[in-house]
Amino acid sequence: MAMLEVKNLGISFGGLRAVNGFHVTIEKNQLYGLIGPNGAGKTTVFNLLTGVYKPDAGSILLDGKDITGESDIEISKAGIARTFQNIRLFSKMSVLDNVKVGMHNHHEYSALAGIFHTPKYKKEEALMDEKAMELLKVFDLADMAETNAANLPYGKQRRLEIARALATDPKLLLLDEPAAGMNPKETGELMDMIRFVRDEFDMTILLIEHDMKLVSGICEKLTMLNFGEVLAEGTTSEVLNNPQVITAYLGE
Amino acid sequence: MNTMRTKTAKQNAITYGIVIIGFLIMQIISATGHMSSSLSGLLIPFCYYVILAVSLNLVVGILGELSLGHAGFMCVGAFSSVFFTKCMENVITNSLVRFIIALIIGALVAAVFGILIGIPVLRLKGDYLAIVTLAFGEIIKNLVNVLFIGKDSHGLHFSMKDTLSLGMEPDGQVIVNGPQGITGIPKDSTFVIGVVLVLITLFIVLRLINSRDGRAIQSIRDNRIAAESIGINVTKYKLMAFSVSAGLAGIGGALYAHNLSTLSATPKNFGYNMSIMILVYVVLGGIGNIRGSVIAPIVLNLVLDYFLRKLQMLGSNPVLQFLSDNRMLVYAIVLIVIMLFSWSPKMIEWRERVFHKNAKEEA
Amino acid sequence: MSFLNYLISGISLGSVYAIIALGYTMVYGIAKMLNFAHGDVIMVGAYVVFYSTAAGMPAIPAVLLSVVICTVLGMVIEAVAYRPLRSAASPLAVLITAIGVSYLLQNLALLFWSSNTKSFTSVVKIPALKVAGLNISGETMVTILACIVIVVGLTLFINKTKPGQAMLAVSEDKGAAQLMGINVNATIALTFAIGSGLAAIAGVLLCSAYPSLTPYTGSMPGIKAFVAAVFGGIGSIPGAMIGGILLGIIEIFGKAYISSQMADAIVFAVLIVVLLVKPTGLLGKQIQEKV
Repeated sequence: MAMLEVKNLGISFGGLRAVNGFHVTIEKNQLYGLIGPNGAGKTTVFNLLTGVYKPDAGSILLDGKDITGESDIEISKAGIARTFQNIRLFSKMSVLDNVKVGMHNHHEYSALAGIFHTPKYKKEEALMDEKAMELLKVFDLADMAETNAANLPYGKQRRLEIARALATDPKLLLLDEPAAGMNPKETGELMDMIRFVRDEFDMTILLIEHDMKLVSGICEKLTMLNFGEVLAEGTTSEVLNNPQVITAYLGE
Repeated sequence: MNTMRTKTAKQNAITYGIVIIGFLIMQIISATGHMSSSLSGLLIPFCYYVILAVSLNLVVGILGELSLGHAGFMCVGAFSSVFFTKCMENVITNSLVRFIIALIIGALVAAVFGILIGIPVLRLKGDYLAIVTLAFGEIIKNLVNVLFIGKDSHGLHFSMKDTLSLGMEPDGQVIVNGPQGITGIPKDSTFVIGVVLVLITLFIVLRLINSRDGRAIQSIRDNRIAAESIGINVTKYKLMAFSVSAGLAGIGGALYAHNLSTLSATPKNFGYNMSIMILVYVVLGGIGNIRGSVIAPIVLNLVLDYFLRKLQMLGSNPVLQFLSDNRMLVYAIVLIVIMLFSWSPKMIEWRERVFHKNAKEEA
Repeated sequence: MSFLNYLISGISLGSVYAIIALGYTMVYGIAKMLNFAHGDVIMVGAYVVFYSTAAGMPAIPAVLLSVVICTVLGMVIEAVAYRPLRSAASPLAVLITAIGVSYLLQNLALLFWSSNTKSFTSVVKIPALKVAGLNISGETMVTILACIVIVVGLTLFINKTKPGQAMLAVSEDKGAAQLMGINVNATIALTFAIGSGLAAIAGVLLCSAYPSLTPYTGSMPGIKAFVAAVFGGIGSIPGAMIGGILLGIIEIFGKAYISSQMADAIVFAVLIVVLLVKPTGLLGKQIQEKV
């Protein structure tokens, strides 16, 4: 059973059909890339998959479960996590707390328990602290645990966003242009980190990316999107050598 | 990972400590006979202003929404608690027990209003939310002024018109008399109770902030879209912050009301002017800074109400006389100057250059 | 009084609210701030006319003097208290400062002119019009006419003149406007100037119809006019006019047919209902947040 099975997904904004007939099948533990020129609808696809937008056509199956039309909260609980094109951290909260918030739905206790520091509160907080610190260590952020997220340098902010996404214990991780703003050395490190995340966390990863070095470096399969529709799909080398794909990127 | 938790605990302990030390100082001043009548009249107001500021900061600083109707919840708490007290005046004769129940009722009724108002209001954006909260505050104040409630052997009677429409027995007693409000309130508020309520308020708010729900609330403030993406139920937590804030404001209102012999809703005590004054305390103390919300109302009221008057009494100085007579004018100027000094980016730059205090950290 | 009489009364009061609301909506749309002190500039305008006419000045010069003084006042306030905070860390900063300015104006008025209620003599010397059984006061006619003239004039100004277009540009995207060579500071100063000048006129018209004047006279109309601006869709000029007039009508009808004590509550309740159905106001624009 595929981890993600999307059929005929679509949405319109006003009179514009932003995404039409989008389909993709992603197997477990695959590193899958979504490419296409600016404005092709890639982030819109992400928004559809994560429940920010409700599709007006099509279906989404996550690990066999139908999540079409579910709210973003339900989809998060079902196991899809994402990062954003423009980093969205909780700027006034500490690095550690950013990760701990990610664990919100996996370690619960009531508000009253939180006020009166009941044994359940203490137990869950201790567990969250431990797990969050482990996650931070993995991403080399442990020494900045108490720093405000806003004060982190750009590269570390991106890593924190990924750490927070992983804190939700997802099955599928969506990364929206994770290499944006990175130099070649940082991109190389990012590639290693993405592979590491896939291996260590048993993760399936779908990423949007423009950086072709990263795409050809780690993606196993690609879907090319243009004007909201699938233009090509297949293995990375198939798609990147497809003449239509080349034309779409470079123009006639 | 305990160092962060201990750090927070320490910071919070300092906040509690400030309250307790303040209380002790006041007791010492009083015991040694130095307590003037004007200062002693400020003690209970200190307490409810702090409760109101801390509870508003929960919404403005922790949840990140601008509420301009806080006085409305104070009003609800005041009237519901005093109504209970008056009804039970001869039934529960132990004033402390009765007052505690009245406080709880004031808090609960205000919290319920917080939920009722929050449900429609909290999905509005920023400034729209602000104006609607202001509108609700005014509506509450208005409604209370046309409320007539009386009690006789048949039970309670309600009217929105006048006392005659209550249709009571001749020996019936009017409890809520429209614009005249409620009279004959027993003075159940004391400074000690006020301080205890302040500590309880701080306990609830500080503990809530540092819990899982507090983190959820702050995540909504910092980035609502990201919060939703990690599965935070934004509506639930907005309502939680709003209703806890309202309930605590209700306690502040109850404390305020039981310090008076007559309670009526005027533009001055329950109108937008009061809501705005509390907001000023919150901003001056620091948005999101709970300790600041403890300090700001006390410092402002001490300085303005008390010291200016004291200074002016020490010697007949025409400047001080003028300042004392025109306290609100001074307050306004001081407010503008403080805001410009602390928040203007150019001023902040100038301060850093001159004082070298906040040297920019290396990225 | 008949239904028509109330309606006309409502339109008249609403016209005053509309003029005030225009000032709010322009400043909000262009400078992105809630000028809490706007209501108090109205009060200042009324006092200037009161004292000038009491000193013997004829009505029209007195009103002009008031407009000039309020315009200058508005520009000074903007330059001294608001501009330094325009790029402050929190938008609450300038809001609180505006509150401080509001208190300042009220208390200066208290200091100079005392809290004694002044009985304002109307500047309108036109006799009332008796038609179809209705008695339409001169004040009502002048007020409604003034509102129409101002809204038309303002709309023409925004759409047909360069400074007006600059104001539109700044309200849409301040950064882009600056890059296009628009002097943002001057544009915002102009906005405050116009808004404050209008406030003076509103103050005169308000007190001509409702002659009691105290330092607090501007406060509640200011709040109501802000409600009207939000009601009509904040940032929209036709919205401010519609919002203001509707609000005036609702208030007068509320006073007449339901209860005069509850009139304010009714006005606020209508606002809440409208916003729940249309969260950006009657003519407001929906801004899509980019995810």
